[in-house]
Amino acid sequence: MSAARYEAVIGLEVHVQLKTRSKMFCGCATSFGAEPNTNVCPVCLGYPGTMPVMNREAIRLTVLSGLMLGCRINPRSKFDRKSYFYPDMPKNYQITQYDQPLCLGGGVEIEGASGLATVPLTRIHLEEDVAKNMHFATCSGVDFNRAGSPLMEIVSEPAMHTPEQAVAYLQGLKQTLMYAGVSDCNLEEGNMRCDVNVSLRPVGATALGTKAELKNLNSFKSVLLALRAEIGRQEQLLREGGRVVQETRRWDVEAGATFLMRTKEDAHDYRYFPEPDLMPVVLSEQQIAEWARGLPETPRQRRARFASEYSLPEYDARVLAADKAVGDYFEAAARGSKAPKIVSNWVMTEMLRRLGETGQEIAAVQITPAALAELVELTEAGAINSNTARELFGELFANGGSPRALVEARGLAQVSDSGALQALVDQAIRENAKSAEDFRGGKAVALKFLTGQVMRLSRGKANPQLAAQLLEERLKK
Amino acid sequence: MASNSDQQSMDVNYIARLARMNLDALEARQFQTQMDGIVDYVRQLSELDVEGVEPTAHAAPIQNVFREDLAQPGLTQEQALANAPAQSGGQFIVPKIVE
Ligand SMILES: [Zn+2]
Repeated sequence: MSAARYEAVIGLEVHVQLKTRSKMFCGCATSFGAEPNTNVCPVCLGYPGTMPVMNREAIRLTVLSGLMLGCRINPRSKFDRKSYFYPDMPKNYQITQYDQPLCLGGGVEIEGASGLATVPLTRIHLEEDVAKNMHFATCSGVDFNRAGSPLMEIVSEPAMHTPEQAVAYLQGLKQTLMYAGVSDCNLEEGNMRCDVNVSLRPVGATALGTKAELKNLNSFKSVLLALRAEIGRQEQLLREGGRVVQETRRWDVEAGATFLMRTKEDAHDYRYFPEPDLMPVVLSEQQIAEWARGLPETPRQRRARFASEYSLPEYDARVLAADKAVGDYFEAAARGSKAPKIVSNWVMTEMLRRLGETGQEIAAVQITPAALAELVELTEAGAINSNTARELFGELFANGGSPRALVEARGLAQVSDSGALQALVDQAIRENAKSAEDFRGGKAVALKFLTGQVMRLSRGKANPQLAAQLLEERLKK
Repeated sequence: MASNSDQQSMDVNYIARLARMNLDALEARQFQTQMDGIVDYVRQLSELDVEGVEPTAHAAPIQNVFREDLAQPGLTQEQALANAPAQSGGQFIVPKIVE
């Protein structure tokens, strides 16, 4: 048994379906959930003699993604045929980009244990998606609705070393693409899919070990668990003096392990060659600059803007901008608010906690940004106290509605009128003579207890600062 | 991309395997001769001096042939499946796929 310590080296290939109206090389609609084989035509069914014509928008969205990720845009790129036999591709080749992809280099910013880091990208290329197969007991079914949809493949360098980094990379990539608005990036609907390459090498070594490719990872959690399992498998193999074989392995959620699909000996010989039916894509600097002008904000830019525009601490800006939908929500609530930091506090604590508990998406919550802004305004104006505000938040989160209307309907307004509070203060002192005595005797904490009693008697509506002040005045007499 | 180390001839059996074709010994010999002839013929191109000539897959200097991103109706499900050897639930039915 070897005592060597090993380091994992991880690279990811992420496929992202672009948000176009029509397919990559034909005019069929791209839509999820349509009846099988209803968005098809002779081109995407792979009929002999049909001619592909490039969708300009797919090129633009890929370039946009490249610009958002800091890639160099290739001034000249082309498409190639990748040959293989599989029922998801009746032409027996997929149109993809081999040696001249649209985008080169770039990187994805991730938040790691030691602050922000960048995972470098190798390239981004554009290709056509394939049909969807359904497996039955004795046969398989093929639906070509998805076939020919524009699919962007984003390839990272083998630059990650832990499963957590791989997940952070995926989350960072997804957020940047969401900011770019190029894809819905929904793993469940399959418009974001990923393959993972992982190998091990002794710590300190520079040469890469033999890698395994992992398939069937349809959630961030699968990526995390599959990588943990596969790294464990390879490590054990190496420790026992074995060697890793280059192979493709399938993640099995139920078994919590990866299983062999095929070894390199069965690997395909794709015989790439230039697609004779498509002309090259040549992008002038002027064209790229024109597309770059419409470039949306990146997560990093938004972070900086949140910090300056709303005077937020760096930490808040980072949390809020990390997820586009959360940032959008915050901004919608904070824009008209006089206290954006308070809005930020609500979003970062109560909102994110409740979203985590209920598994809801922030874009679909009952409490509108306007309602949150109103809640903050009521609190800041002293109309309700913080306990009431927290209760109201729960109520609004569950059922929606207007905070102002709720405060009026339920008489929740904070009692800041000393006349109205005085009676409750006297009652609290009368009913808790011992505590009153303690305070007079120098026990300052007794005041806290008495204030709590006034809050209770007011059913939470008293202004706690005022209650404490009135109690103190009364007891010092 | 022939996997043969001998530059002079193609590995017909390998090519046949990639194309999912079964060749008997006679056919293999026959195709070997024919394909070697084709490769020899194309090899004449290597006599040309292409120093400084950009590689291209096209003879015409045409680029950026695009269509606008507009969806239009294609075939109906019935039309799409008209030639299917078997169908069920709107899908093409094929022999069970094993990866
Ligand atoms: Zn089509």
